[in-house]
Amino acid sequence: MFAFIVRRIIQAIIVMLVIGLVGFVIQHQIGDPVRDLVGERVTPAEREVIRDRLGLNDPFYIQYFRFVKNACKGDLGFSFFYKKPALQVIVSKAPATIELVIVTALILIVISIPAGIYSAINPRSWLSRLIMAISTIGVAMPVFLTAIALIYFFGVELNWLPSYGRGETVNIWGWESGLFTFDGLKHLILPSVSLSTIMLPLFIRLVRAEMMEVLETEYIKFAWAKGLHRQRVWYLHAFKNTLLPVITVFGVQLGILFAFTILTETVFQWQGMGFMFLEAVERSDTSLLVAYLVLVGVIFVVVNSAVDIVYGFVNPMVRIAGTK
Amino acid sequence: MKAWNRFKKSYVLYSFKRDPIAISSFSVLMVLVIISILAPVIAPYNTYDSATFDIMDAETPPSWLEGGNEMFKLGTDIQGRDLLSTMIYGLRVSMIIGIGAVLFQALLGILVGMFSGFFGGKLDAFLMRIADIQFSIPYLIVAIFTSAIFKLAFGVGRYEELAIPLLIIVIGMSQWPNYARTVRASVLGEKNKEYVEAARVIGINRRQIMFRHILPNTLTPVLVLSTIQVANAIMSEAALSFLGLGMPITKPSLGSLIRAGFEYIFSGSWWITFFPGVLLVIVILVILLLGDWLRDVLNPKLYKG
Repeated sequence: MFAFIVRRIIQAIIVMLVIGLVGFVIQHQIGDPVRDLVGERVTPAEREVIRDRLGLNDPFYIQYFRFVKNACKGDLGFSFFYKKPALQVIVSKAPATIELVIVTALILIVISIPAGIYSAINPRSWLSRLIMAISTIGVAMPVFLTAIALIYFFGVELNWLPSYGRGETVNIWGWESGLFTFDGLKHLILPSVSLSTIMLPLFIRLVRAEMMEVLETEYIKFAWAKGLHRQRVWYLHAFKNTLLPVITVFGVQLGILFAFTILTETVFQWQGMGFMFLEAVERSDTSLLVAYLVLVGVIFVVVNSAVDIVYGFVNPMVRIAGTK
Repeated sequence: MKAWNRFKKSYVLYSFKRDPIAISSFSVLMVLVIISILAPVIAPYNTYDSATFDIMDAETPPSWLEGGNEMFKLGTDIQGRDLLSTMIYGLRVSMIIGIGAVLFQALLGILVGMFSGFFGGKLDAFLMRIADIQFSIPYLIVAIFTSAIFKLAFGVGRYEELAIPLLIIVIGMSQWPNYARTVRASVLGEKNKEYVEAARVIGINRRQIMFRHILPNTLTPVLVLSTIQVANAIMSEAALSFLGLGMPITKPSLGSLIRAGFEYIFSGSWWITFFPGVLLVIVILVILLLGDWLRDVLNPKLYKG
């Protein structure tokens, strides 16, 4: 087990070094660190002095080593546009994205579990057929189209809900939150609903499939034979055992949800990290882009390694796979 | 002719004829493919030629609505281009990128999966580790990051010029691990079978065994995977274009049309977004339904995902 953990951590470090290398190459080959600091209006001679002082004329590997060292200390460069350290910019945008993802996850749970259970218990009813048909079309529907449709109906035609921005936020210990004001909550509805439509079809199908499988097992038959009440068999005995695989998939999909925030944030001009990333691309703010890339890399690597290690504890087979 | 006769008696055709969903989605897909191949002939206007449209016609609603013009059946977009023609050309671009990206990733993935599965050992461990790592990051994120990097590296003007080949590479690179894994799994299943042993005994060289003997037997899961990957690739292309990282508005794909129309939705010009959007959903839905059907019929046990 110890060897497994060490192996996983070494692998994670190698991946991070590679991501760091990519980020470093982008920052130094495509971007211009001098411009990031002093802007365009500096003479070439002065630029050369700054280059020298920053060590930009050093050999490649020394610069890369310095980049990694700084990154470990949390210094990911300086944003050209915001005139602030890149990490600070990203952290200031993080609450918006995190709140969006949390609310989306809540919507997912609240809708997919009842819908999945219902269509598993009554597979032939017209409502479950409708649910399945909608979820088939939902798979083929890109999230930005759903979002635009929602904006058109609820924002433009009916004028019920605001369709861009975060609305009023309150500052709680440095965390800009939209969860505690009525206006902020109203602004959350459309973005989170459209973000949840990406995963809803998948989760409804998953819950349905798991539930149907569990309903065929021996212990459920035994529960029927014992004459237990229907509600008890469904919601207590069967449902409990559908939860485990659902939670596993849910954990994995949360990362993907995070990826899709880039799309929803663009549509709704939601001031989160994804929106910031696209703005950075348009403004050629290389340092900010690289910082975001490295940060997302760290998040994915840490989450994946943690999940693998936890799996290793739970399931010994994972530990052995890939040893030889 | 022989192959055709064999196909006529095959189970695939038999079950195809009995499945109305498969028949209808196949015919819709064929119509769309023919339209996109014959785009210059079918489209009423050539939207790549700026002489054929006039900014004064911009935002004309569809012809059956008030203010519509008979010349423009589905109305015009923000630059005054006939929306129907723009959509036909856009469909063509989306199809080219979708199919191109799948061919690219299939080539890459099949090669990696083949070598990995056939030779095993260190090479296998190394290649599969890379595939695993990339697999753990959502492919859309990979595509968004690589296209953003390309856009910075090439500069906006050059990126837009080279958009089609670059997007094929970006989307292909983001999805290849799927192929590598599928092919590797089937190669592992095939390589110890008797016919491979027999080929080895009579002294056929390894390259021929790999590509002439094993490869054809791994193609069933690859075929099923490909249908789904085409849909994913078209969807990724639309997403990238919607984010402004894909096709420029002068040569729009369906995604960039939706992006352009979205800016005008608040002024009530819904058709610029609506029609390309519906077309995009139809394309993806039809391919996915066909892929589902194909998976059920061929039922490759190795298919995952």
